[in-house]
Amino acid sequence: MEYATIFIILACLFGFFMAWGVGANDVANAMGTSVGSGALTIKQAIIIATIFEFAGAYLAGGQVTQTIRKGMLDASALSGSPELMVYGMLAALLAAGVWLMVASRMGWPVSTTHSIVGAIVGFAAFGIGMEVVKWDKVGSIVMSWVVSPVLAGTIAYLLFVSVQRLILQTKKPLEKAKQYVPFYMFLVGFIVSLVTLTKGLKHLKLELSLETNYLIAVGIGIIIMLIGMIAIKRLKFDPDADEDFHFTNVEKIFGVLMMITACAMAFAHGSNDVANAIGPVAAVLSIVNSGGEIAQKAPLSPWILMLGGAGIVVGLVTYGHKVIATVGTGITQLTPSRGFAATLAAATTVVVASGFGLPISTTHTLVGAVLGVGIARGIAALNLRMVQTIFISWIVTLPAGAILAIIFFVILKGVFS
Amino acid sequence: MPNPIYSLFGKSPVKPLQKHMAKAQACVAQLEPFFDAVISKDWDKANSIYNEIDQLESKADAIKTKLRLNLPKGLFSSMSRRDLLGVLNMQDNIADKAKDIAGLILGRQMDLPESIALSMKEFVVRGIDASSQAEKVVNELDELVETGFRGAQVKLVNNMIETLGKIESDTDAIQIEVRAKLFAVEKDLPPVDVMFLYRIIEWIGDLGDIAQSVGSRLQLMLAK
Repeated sequence: MEYATIFIILACLFGFFMAWGVGANDVANAMGTSVGSGALTIKQAIIIATIFEFAGAYLAGGQVTQTIRKGMLDASALSGSPELMVYGMLAALLAAGVWLMVASRMGWPVSTTHSIVGAIVGFAAFGIGMEVVKWDKVGSIVMSWVVSPVLAGTIAYLLFVSVQRLILQTKKPLEKAKQYVPFYMFLVGFIVSLVTLTKGLKHLKLELSLETNYLIAVGIGIIIMLIGMIAIKRLKFDPDADEDFHFTNVEKIFGVLMMITACAMAFAHGSNDVANAIGPVAAVLSIVNSGGEIAQKAPLSPWILMLGGAGIVVGLVTYGHKVIATVGTGITQLTPSRGFAATLAAATTVVVASGFGLPISTTHTLVGAVLGVGIARGIAALNLRMVQTIFISWIVTLPAGAILAIIFFVILKGVFS
Repeated sequence: MPNPIYSLFGKSPVKPLQKHMAKAQACVAQLEPFFDAVISKDWDKANSIYNEIDQLESKADAIKTKLRLNLPKGLFSSMSRRDLLGVLNMQDNIADKAKDIAGLILGRQMDLPESIALSMKEFVVRGIDASSQAEKVVNELDELVETGFRGAQVKLVNNMIETLGKIESDTDAIQIEVRAKLFAVEKDLPPVDVMFLYRIIEWIGDLGDIAQSVGSRLQLMLAK
């Protein structure tokens, strides 16, 4: 294939830039709740995000990457002209990247996921032909964007109501917290590892039976619970601290839980959002490497996942920490008991979506989860206008990503052929 | 860029409401030294205490205005906007009433007849107790938010509101007593003075009533 090296370099550059953007902006949404609740310092949040975003991308990011890479387009329709696929994927990355920058400037809360999906569908449908797009698959992705915030909201509501009933509304909340919080810790470890084991690890070629998966998940859950229990044991409770606000010590226990949940959230975010950046890279690479064939069977090379993970970490370290700080200081209403319920609900939803290869917006899922806690009368003030803004930017992002992708597609096609 | 998670959270009205109540209570608490000064006819001191009350009252007003602006209609809260504004209004009335009482007494340099002075002081102190109890209830609001307005915390707050009711009945009883004492001597006093004394007694009684209505307004939030 002509220009093979140039295509690879461009793909890696654009992909890295997108991953940088995810790390710089998106991660703050995932980690902000933990910093805002006071469970983590900004430094701790960055360390946790670095480790777990990477782990999530590498261990559980394969499915979504495959969807972005080839799930939405019918490759057989393109087999005659593979270079179109290369131009298209490069155009999609550029379009999504540019749109995210414009939107950030304007202050619109757009989603990376929506931008890239809109861009890929856009170049394929209007640059090549309507029949190239697998509309049923795209339809199920769009459905998942509606379902995920609702699902996260429902889980968050149920989790928070259980926290209220079992702990906060009892006569001795501190004792009940010590008793029940370890169980929630188990739940965090169990859910995340089970979904990852059954759905995420396909590219690592581990052949494990369902029973083994359950056993390992229970094991990981118990290990996390034990670590959490030790951390709770080491907490120092100060009865005087409850003078002004009677739940200060109870919230300290939830703080430990929140730390564990933050790891799960970073893992979930890595498993879903890294794909936005590296899915198109993987597509370009597999076409170029197979000498112009659009090989449907080609496995995903692990180093591409690493590239994405590295991009996120660089974005986080260079710029993301500032955004985390802003978010963290702004949402002090979110005490650890609330933050935990919202974050675990969002993390669970995102990890499950990753398992099914569905690219969803982590931020929107988290917003849904926070609203779920709000419906359980958990939060003193939420700005519902934000939900409207999100909805509008949702509607605008798809066509915007698509139009930009078509423009870049035409330009690239003109330059290279 | 305004971050979506950041912008999702509005400003909690709880702390400003509690700060406002603290200022209102500070106003009312000044009535005790004020009455001491009035009874000993130290009008300079009464004047400086009145100025203090006036300043506290305007500080409370500033908090009130800011809080109102921070309660837009699109806010999704665990407390109803109407109940919050209701509590805020009642708290504001407490501060206003304290200022009115001190203002009228100072303006007319009112003489408290010796026979009612002591009961009057007791009356004022009990009125201050009532609003202090209302302040305690308002200070439980963050705990109520924490528990989602259910469970053991609600019982605790209900007990506090019950105590507030008892204090208010006390003020009613003392009010009757003070009025009776004034009635006994009213023929020997200038009629206009007597008229205003009755008004002051009524206003001090109002303190207890308003404090109680702060509690009742808060109780509305619990029932839902």
